[in-house]
Amino acid sequence: MRSTILAGALLAFAAATGAHGQAIKLADVAELSGGGATVGTNWKNGIDLAIEEINAKGGVLGRKLEVTHADSQSNPGVARAQVQKALDAEPYVLLGPGYSGSVKVTAPLAAEAGIAQIMGGEAAELTQAGNKFLFRTSFGQQSSMPKVARYIHDEMKAKTVAVVWVNNDFGRGGRDVVVKELDRLGSKVVADLSTEAGQADFAADVGKIKAANPDAVFVYLNEEESARILKELKRQGVTAPLMGETTLIGQKVIELAGDAANGARGHVGLTTDAPVELIKAFRDKFAKKYNYVPDHNGLKGYLAVYMVKATTEKMGKVDSKGFADTLHGLTIKAADEPGILMDVTFDQNGDIDRQSFLVEVVEGKQVVKQVLPKVK
Amino acid sequence: MSNLFDLLVAGLAAGAIYALVAVGFTLLWQTSQTINFAQGEFVMLPAFLMLAAMHVGAPFWLAIILGILLSMILLGLAFKMLLVDPMMRHGVLPLAIATMALAIGIKEAVKQFFSAEASPFPSIVPTGDISVLGHAVSLQSIGVLVVAILAVFGLTALLNRTSLGHQMQAAAQNPTVARIIGVPVERMILLTFLINAFLVALASLLITPIYLAKFSSGEVLGQAAFIAAIVGGFNQVRGAIAGGLLIGVLDNLAASYVSTQYRAAVPLIFLIVVILFRPQGLLGRAEERTV
Repeated sequence: MRSTILAGALLAFAAATGAHGQAIKLADVAELSGGGATVGTNWKNGIDLAIEEINAKGGVLGRKLEVTHADSQSNPGVARAQVQKALDAEPYVLLGPGYSGSVKVTAPLAAEAGIAQIMGGEAAELTQAGNKFLFRTSFGQQSSMPKVARYIHDEMKAKTVAVVWVNNDFGRGGRDVVVKELDRLGSKVVADLSTEAGQADFAADVGKIKAANPDAVFVYLNEEESARILKELKRQGVTAPLMGETTLIGQKVIELAGDAANGARGHVGLTTDAPVELIKAFRDKFAKKYNYVPDHNGLKGYLAVYMVKATTEKMGKVDSKGFADTLHGLTIKAADEPGILMDVTFDQNGDIDRQSFLVEVVEGKQVVKQVLPKVK
Repeated sequence: MSNLFDLLVAGLAAGAIYALVAVGFTLLWQTSQTINFAQGEFVMLPAFLMLAAMHVGAPFWLAIILGILLSMILLGLAFKMLLVDPMMRHGVLPLAIATMALAIGIKEAVKQFFSAEASPFPSIVPTGDISVLGHAVSLQSIGVLVVAILAVFGLTALLNRTSLGHQMQAAAQNPTVARIIGVPVERMILLTFLINAFLVALASLLITPIYLAKFSSGEVLGQAAFIAAIVGGFNQVRGAIAGGLLIGVLDNLAASYVSTQYRAAVPLIFLIVVILFRPQGLLGRAEERTV
């Protein structure tokens, strides 16, 4: 009798410590090589930093976080295979990928498995397919592009605009929204140039921009291509003001393009140069750990993990099935969860509302020119 | 019209670099029947060697010299002794496949040691414009053209005007007879490998500031140089030069007047036309096969 009680007590103890000690498993699939290596590496480092911090403070609800990283090679086909593999291991939440094309082909897999996916993609269509498990870490194009178009029309006073975009889901999505908005506002698109992902030589494209002689150029390419076109624009002496998004004026672009990045402007949902104390602190911690200043993808990865933490603590339990429902409509305040850096609200589609910034590159540094408030 | 002029200048600058790479390609083929499918990676690697030299504190000029010397050792000497010589006795095809494996090896090694991300690379030519025939032309384009043309002229003078060049040609055209008349054929072949390594290092120095230093940047260059060499004539140095310039200009014109999506297809279509109607290449000589 006594031994039965003892065994029972032992079992109960083992179960309790088991539930308590077992780590919460996250799976990350990101662009660790290929064209998106800058995106994926920042994203991954942001995740690792957040997890290290959270675990150092005792984890989430007393349980440590653990993450596995897989490389999508910036290829949607590989991303799909990696996500399937990650989902087979039944993670609590899926993180990534960063490229919209990869998100598009992997989101149905996560939704089918009923696992929430927190990703870095910004293509407008991603959150418009009725997927109840997909969440953004940054603005979708439908929220950012109208702000961009308005800035080109109102502040740059551009009557004619050249639009250069990369021919993939990300580029096409942004191009469609911005061209529509520019048209509505009355700015004429005089050159509409599609370019290829991974393109090395932009002489011909810049030649066309020069021939069109626009009042402003809207550049919407991935980071490395942005740097190459900035250099070519400078090489061919194009003086029209340049406007873009985060991908035109990111840290990596500035490093790669050097002088040629000066003067470029962009609407930025997230920047490590934001005049926000928590973001400054994040930037310092990141730079100390990895010896370089992260771009917005580092912030996105970091925020993704803190979204997991805040949502789980809101639920009060580690419940993979209830996660998505809890995050829909949730407002996380930076005052309650400093890791979220800025107040943020998630809507029913997984889109976010947050303040954003207008940035210009001045002497190789991002300078925030305007702070654009939260919409609601 | 000014657009066409800009396109021609940009095309010639890119083409001059393709020509440098294509010349090395044909040199290796002529002297040792090596079809080097790693030629594009050979252009990618020297930039990283120079970056590594700068990383340990060398100034840019010293890094260039070190990069070129290291390239000649690795991509010239070591490439010949460790890969070409042992594989050669198995025939042209196994050697060609071995160079494909080498291309993958170099790419993965650079990715492993440096990272998969692109890195900036300083330019030897300052940015800025000068006026040519009333058009603003960037100094960078002109610098690339001038350096590439000087290199090609230097090489042609070496091949045609010096005793060393004549010995190299003899070694390429008929190694057996060359040996009989006392030409050190082995040394001549090694020399062409060193010249190829020098040319790719030079091409690397010129193209990397524009394309950025990245492990995968050799793919485009290798393909362009390969097409240039075939279009121009695989067995002629001047053919490779003409082919390089032609492909550079064609690529830029296609990107502008056809479409960016199909720009890569246009040189390939041109290649097919050349192979169909003039298989020896535009400036190449038809070779008779011996049995």
